Amino acid sequence: MNCAESEVLIHALIDGELDAGHAREVEAHVATCRGCADKLGAFRAMRAAITAAELKEKAPTHLRRRVEAALTSPPTEAAGAAGRLGAWLTIARASRRNFLGGFALGTAVSAAVAASVVITVLGAGEDRRIAGEIVSAHLRSLQGSHLTDVETSDQHTVKPWFNGKLALSPPVVDLTAQGFTLIGGRLDYVDGEAMAAIVYKRRKHLINLFVGPRLGGAPRGAKTAMVQGFNVYHWAQDGLGFWAASDINADELAEFGRHIADTKRPPSARP
Amino acid sequence: MLDRPQPRALAAPRVSGHYYMAAASDEDKARRFRDAALPFLDDVFTLARYLMRNETDAEDAVQECYLRALRHFDSYRGPAIKPWLLAILRNVCKAEFARRSAVPASSEGRDDDRVEDPPAIWQGPQPSPEAELLQRSDGQRIRRLVAELPQPFREAVVLRDINNLSYREIVDVAGIPLGTVMSRLARARSMLRAAWNGEEGSTT
Repeated sequence: MNCAESEVLIHALIDGELDAGHAREVEAHVATCRGCADKLGAFRAMRAAITAAELKEKAPTHLRRRVEAALTSPPTEAAGAAGRLGAWLTIARASRRNFLGGFALGTAVSAAVAASVVITVLGAGEDRRIAGEIVSAHLRSLQGSHLTDVETSDQHTVKPWFNGKLALSPPVVDLTAQGFTLIGGRLDYVDGEAMAAIVYKRRKHLINLFVGPRLGGAPRGAKTAMVQGFNVYHWAQDGLGFWAASDINADELAEFGRHIADTKRPPSARP
Repeated sequence: MLDRPQPRALAAPRVSGHYYMAAASDEDKARRFRDAALPFLDDVFTLARYLMRNETDAEDAVQECYLRALRHFDSYRGPAIKPWLLAILRNVCKAEFARRSAVPASSEGRDDDRVEDPPAIWQGPQPSPEAELLQRSDGQRIRRLVAELPQPFREAVVLRDINNLSYREIVDVAGIPLGTVMSRLARARSMLRAAWNGEEGSTT
């Protein structure tokens, strides 16, 4: 890593946005470079000062009331959609200046934005860091010759193999019919925790499903993150944390995750 | 680069009941929208305050943002409502600047980080007791320095350091690639640091 790269990446480091691998690289550079170390210290202090200054504004009470009123004013019953638009325009005109006139009609663009800004990502910080660790473990499994400890497509061989090696019993399911071939399983360590890694394959792509005690926050739903170009699909179920990592696209990985999650549900709960 | 919406078969709604139901009345929809979106009023107002030049414009933009968001609430598929609202607010502000200016103020599709409008000048501090003023002076100063950053950099700092968005969320709100988010933040903070040190130097 050189100073030019480091100058950009120290900010991602401060913001907790780097995966473990890159964080180590930046820290290694900073340890040997006085200039970058000074910068890291200065920017850390500056970020702390900004946070301490509590720059988030408080919306004035009159604005809160005004917005609430605008959102509450019921559209006239008979008028339908046109009437509703009319009501909004009336509210717009009633605002202190004719500020709103300029964009009262140009909503097509914002609709497109509204539709596109629905990406689900892991939150910054802890979840993000763990997603980084998961991808690092995924990468390790691809690089070495240690993809599986037990190599078999038989789920009834893989599942018992974990007995006595882990304090949990991961679900191992056969998803051949769904297009995911079971390759085998291995014991892995992520963020210092022993985890079951169950390996599947779809076409040429490998999927590592990590199952372990829940790390990080308590996710309330499934989440997808992209780390270094790999997708990570994460959910929690039955007190276990599940992380699927692969280079297949996010949709397919989510499909994979749902298959695993569904098989763990009682049949009555399945759709 | 925006990812497609993720399937959410497993996802429990983070904001209670923000799914649109065909049977739900407009009133019900408006109520669900208020429950989901009003908690972020301070965030939306903060960004508006830094993007627009004065408080009146900021307030108008906030109101328009909420009305627009309500209109599109049917197509909203969550779960992160804060960046969604901020993206709408940003569009509202951009549209307003475009309307006011014969020269388009849009930075859409450009990545050159050109300075587009003169820095906003923050209004002076409200009169306050001396002790409080002293305590607040650091905050006032940081706020003014942030407000004086040129637009794309000001926005990056506000979204990250004040609105607390993740990089990925800033990608969505500002519609720029992740690499640009990172380089913009790096430049913005360097500018802020230089301005800060410059003042330190002149006052001591």
